[in-house]
Amino acid sequence: MLKDQDRIFRNLYGFEDPGLKGAKKRGAWDGTRKFLANGRDWVVNEVKASGLRGRGGAGFPTGLKWSFMPKASDGRPHYLVVNADESEPGTCKDREIMRHDPHLLIEGSLIAGFAMGSNTGYIYIRGEFIREREALQAAIDEAYDAKLIGKNNKHGWDFDLYLHHGAGAYICGEETALLESLEGKKGQPRLKPPFPAMAGLYGAPTTVNNVESIAVVPDILRRGASWFSGLGRPNNVGTKLFCISGHVNRPCNVEEEMGITLRELLERHAGGVRGGWGNLLAVIPGGSSVRCLPADLCPNLIMDFDSLSALKSGLGTAAVIVMDKSTDIIRAIARLSYFYKHESCGQCTPCREGTGWMYRVLDRMARGQAHKREIDMLLEVSYQIEGHTICALGDAAAWPVQGLITHFRHVIEERIDQYSASPEPEGEVREPVAAE
Amino acid sequence: MSVRRLDPIQPESFKFSAANMRWAKAQVKKYPKGKQASAVIPLLWRAQEQHDGWLPEPALRVVAEMLDMAPIRVYEVATFYTMFNLSPVGKNFVQLCGTTPCWLRGADDLKAVCRRVIGEQNQVTEDGMLSWLEVECLGACTNAPMVQINKDYFEDLTAENFEELLTDLREGRDVKPGPQNGRQFSCPEGGATTLLNATASSSAKRSTKSTAKAKPGRGGK
Amino acid sequence: MPKLIIDGAEIEVEDGITLIQACEEAGVEIPRFCYHERLSVAGNCRMCLVEVAGMPKPIASCALGVNDLRPGPNGEPPEIITKSKTVKKAREGVMEFLLINHPLDCPICDQGGECDLQDQAMAYGVDGSRFKENKRAVEDKYIGPLIKTIMNRCIHCTRCVRFMTEVAGVEELGMAGRGEDVEITTYLEQGMMSEMSGNVIDLCPVGALTSKPYAFAARPWELRKTESIDVMDAMGANIRVDTRGREVMRILPRNHDEINEEWISDKSRFIWDGLRTQRLDQPYVRVRGKLRTATWDEAFAAIARKLNRAKGSRIAALAGDLAGAEEMFALKDLMTRLGSPNIDCRQDGAAIDPAKGRGGYLFNSGLGGIDTADALLLIGCNPRTEATVLNARIRRRWSSGQLKVGLIGPEADLSYRYDYIGAGPQSLADVASGKHPFAKVLKSAKRPMLILGAAALAHSGGGAVMAHAARLADMTGMAGEAWNGFNVLHHAASRVAGLDMGVLPAKGGLDTQAILKAAKAGKLDVVYLLGADEIDMASLGNAFVIYQGTHGDAGAHRADVILPGAAYTEKSAIYVNTEGRPQMTDRAIFPPGDAREDWAIIRALSAVLGKTLDWDALSEVRDAIFAAHPHLAMIDEVVGDGGFDLKKLARGSARIGKQPFGRAVDDFYLSNPIARASAVMGELSAMTAGGTSGATGTDG
Repeated sequence: MLKDQDRIFRNLYGFEDPGLKGAKKRGAWDGTRKFLANGRDWVVNEVKASGLRGRGGAGFPTGLKWSFMPKASDGRPHYLVVNADESEPGTCKDREIMRHDPHLLIEGSLIAGFAMGSNTGYIYIRGEFIREREALQAAIDEAYDAKLIGKNNKHGWDFDLYLHHGAGAYICGEETALLESLEGKKGQPRLKPPFPAMAGLYGAPTTVNNVESIAVVPDILRRGASWFSGLGRPNNVGTKLFCISGHVNRPCNVEEEMGITLRELLERHAGGVRGGWGNLLAVIPGGSSVRCLPADLCPNLIMDFDSLSALKSGLGTAAVIVMDKSTDIIRAIARLSYFYKHESCGQCTPCREGTGWMYRVLDRMARGQAHKREIDMLLEVSYQIEGHTICALGDAAAWPVQGLITHFRHVIEERIDQYSASPEPEGEVREPVAAE
Repeated sequence: MSVRRLDPIQPESFKFSAANMRWAKAQVKKYPKGKQASAVIPLLWRAQEQHDGWLPEPALRVVAEMLDMAPIRVYEVATFYTMFNLSPVGKNFVQLCGTTPCWLRGADDLKAVCRRVIGEQNQVTEDGMLSWLEVECLGACTNAPMVQINKDYFEDLTAENFEELLTDLREGRDVKPGPQNGRQFSCPEGGATTLLNATASSSAKRSTKSTAKAKPGRGGK
Repeated sequence: MPKLIIDGAEIEVEDGITLIQACEEAGVEIPRFCYHERLSVAGNCRMCLVEVAGMPKPIASCALGVNDLRPGPNGEPPEIITKSKTVKKAREGVMEFLLINHPLDCPICDQGGECDLQDQAMAYGVDGSRFKENKRAVEDKYIGPLIKTIMNRCIHCTRCVRFMTEVAGVEELGMAGRGEDVEITTYLEQGMMSEMSGNVIDLCPVGALTSKPYAFAARPWELRKTESIDVMDAMGANIRVDTRGREVMRILPRNHDEINEEWISDKSRFIWDGLRTQRLDQPYVRVRGKLRTATWDEAFAAIARKLNRAKGSRIAALAGDLAGAEEMFALKDLMTRLGSPNIDCRQDGAAIDPAKGRGGYLFNSGLGGIDTADALLLIGCNPRTEATVLNARIRRRWSSGQLKVGLIGPEADLSYRYDYIGAGPQSLADVASGKHPFAKVLKSAKRPMLILGAAALAHSGGGAVMAHAARLADMTGMAGEAWNGFNVLHHAASRVAGLDMGVLPAKGGLDTQAILKAAKAGKLDVVYLLGADEIDMASLGNAFVIYQGTHGDAGAHRADVILPGAAYTEKSAIYVNTEGRPQMTDRAIFPPGDAREDWAIIRALSAVLGKTLDWDALSEVRDAIFAAHPHLAMIDEVVGDGGFDLKKLARGSARIGKQPFGRAVDDFYLSNPIARASAVMGELSAMTAGGTSGATGTDG
């Protein structure tokens, strides 16, 4: 288990003062000026050396991403955009950072902005997080007042940080959709290339990072890249905020070492699976977009990027959704399909048309009102979406369905058999998966 | 998600209050010159707050004018983002998370409560106090099931305490946002497993702000 | 020049193009819906997916540039595969998705037979459906009187939205909502306020947006297609006239990169109902104050009675805006034989003196010159109403950020921003003298341009305006060897041919104003109006008026004899556009009733008058024209600089009037006799007058 002194988010649960005073007591804003004095390359190299991979789901190396920004401005400003549009079902970690440890995020933003030659940062927070927005804005105001950020601040790098909010659209977590939204448009992902580092916000070089990715940077610099890279396994290093939800005895957020086993994670921090480990049916290990894993793959499951992708699942946002044996797994996944249908931006064909199709078929399957041959058809439809869309939402919509069929085809078949043996009496209709 | 249209019954006009107008002008300054359209979501949201929680058509034109945008572009935004309510809502607008993490922990029970106490989705109770809507993941999954009522999250709900909550709201009583089972935010129920030193040293002085009794209401008026 | 391997064949392609264009160059067909050469890339239909070797996922070929591809490890050119199983699967998948919610109501769809979705479903789709759910139902939207919407059919390619925003410059169409519920609509379903909206009908790859006036009228395979030229303005847009039997059923644009690209204005497109109504389909003679139908012989006899008694100097002729070169040539010939010097093709009295060189009245840079211009001064010109499609070209150049525009004349919403300099000639003088800062803009520009509009030349001090414009051009180095940005934008389709052929007062002859003045004063006995309807008929006094034309418009109402002619769709005629480019219309249908081709009418009349013209067939008229004016034979070519002498042009009165410039086109939709006969144009005119326009985000 990760030692308390190795934890970055020491006010994760909000027991302490989230304000500047408390944050400083916990070590924030310590040495920041020195880091900047070391220069832009030093910061980027340090983050590269730490092995930090993006915490927003895709796991792209953060330092490398920063290094894509042009070295010098061609006259266009550079922008840092922090993705605080936390909306992936199962995920609720950035929320805790923003309301309980906001200064780590603000300090990280300044450092990241400096590292990419940006004097302006925008934090795009999801619209529903109203109280979190208030808390974060209060912290930003504090930082301005204390001259930690802003023009002519104590750190010698002018940096304005603005909080911007959305208004209910999961797709805005996709970085280019987020930029569109920040520009005042519908959140429809852009075609890539050009990538944001070349033409992002307002057509200027931009890097979009997840809240957690940014908020861990100050501590990486304070404690050294090797400290961070020494935690976890190679290529999967550092600490990680895990969100444990679903059928565990004590759902919670917790910061743990990368590569912790699922079982240890659940049993040590979340009171174990409801009804005991043996009662586990399946787990979605990285937020709704990754393929679920059945219990038989879980005993020695290592929670990091590479081991989960080896199982065709993923660490994603490290949002662990636990399902015990009481779960109607078809319905659970059908509800996710409804989510993706609801959140599809409608721009490109496969996602716009395919997500609704998958949901409707699954909704029928959850009631058993389907043919067995439709299982393969559904799988094929999911493959017709996957890899054919503008952004990754298409993949994200396809994978849960593929996970279900791969691991729980027998459950669907049984349901169909049950229904054909005794169809529901006329007039008695099971409640649909969502209150559409 | 169904087709989103403007309400057939619309007010004649919309005007930002003086305070909101000042606020709006300050918002626009966050963005570079000529990029004022960036402020469209914040401005529409403020208009919605000012207008009893729903966005009237004249507000779209007002915002379009303020930001030098074509009305159709503002309309696209208003219909794309689901937090914009295009029809009237209850004084307490309950957004019930129905996505899988909440569903696994009993969101259906909460839905049943809503149906019983409030009625069907998007129907405002006769007293105007309540309406509800099933929404997608609100990002509080470790505190499932949960709802958002106006600005606040109410978490770790059961059918029982949720019904009580609705009753309290209907009758205008103060309610306490956050976890409804006495838990500290997303800390495991019954006590933290980590940060024990920190917690021990400071558990006595919980942030006063977070436990303050809050009366959900809309700001920005 | 990047090298690529496309389906095994190596090909070198231009820098900066996209994969879909590269494939096209390689002769490989890539299906597409949202992609359109003249619109921004949306990449949303996903039909154009191809495989690129080494890339894990299929790539939308419309969205990736050839320069974005990297060569292989050993420097081998990037390889694009369009015929693999993966690509076939991807296309079938996208096609299936497009069709699951498409109504498949082809038998009752006006797009049937010319539908991209239908065609590509045949080529790339499968034969059955696996979709067992209910199809989506989408409410139809009102977006104006021209475009019928059947939104169930929409595949959300957003071509229409992009066209209206980018090309027409009217931000009124959008895609609202999200996910599977997205809908194309205007704000609150207001009608689109654009003169180019009809183009979305052509752009729509399915039957979601179809022509309202043409609804359920015909099937494409029933129509005879005739390639022709539009005469609604002086651009000479290339069109296709689709006919069935004796009726024009619709008009579509043809591509011409240097003129109209592939757009036409709503007036050009929807004018055709005006070709059917108010037609003059037999001769009329005024008897005791009332017009009575007559035979050709009776009409000619009535004319002969008047003309045979009139002295040449008491006869005059005016050619209208829609007249073809042939009939103007014939009319001029006839007038000469009648001994009359009084003829003019400038109904509006434009101050143009062809003696100062042909370049003095042409759009010298070519319409395509806009694409490279970097500063533009509009003088008494509203290109949006006078040359709608040209205006879109200006807008495109402007939106690229490389063109600065200034305007002298009535302020108007041009769909782009401009520096407003002033209302009248005085402002021109200010720029020409360098007093106004826009002079600096023009001076420092690499390719400066001015456009003199019809209203500037028709101004009472038109000669001085021309002179000042020429001086300005001289001062800013606008008109050099390599670049000539001195442009005249005509509005009358007939004008340049008329000027080229000298359909102008002969020595001692009267021009338009003088003709009207003389007629009013009773100094003219006969006035021959060849489709001239835009003059003040009251000025004709007691003169005997012959009106030869197509519609019962102002001229016909005033006429003493009416000779029914042929509209531009009913004859083969040469029109020279504002660039000086001769083009030829083709006969799509016959003129109605007893109406005849116009040159033939004049020829027949000449015989009755005993002044028989020398030729008796269209080819003979043309030979005569070409002998006198060889450049008119160079169809579709702009020959030389047309004789351009800035110094000569600059000569003229320095005293410039104070009267502000007027408008060449008061009502875009009612600018000629055919348009005034069209019910559709009437509706559009009324709608525009309703004044819901204006909110397009532009200003002066």
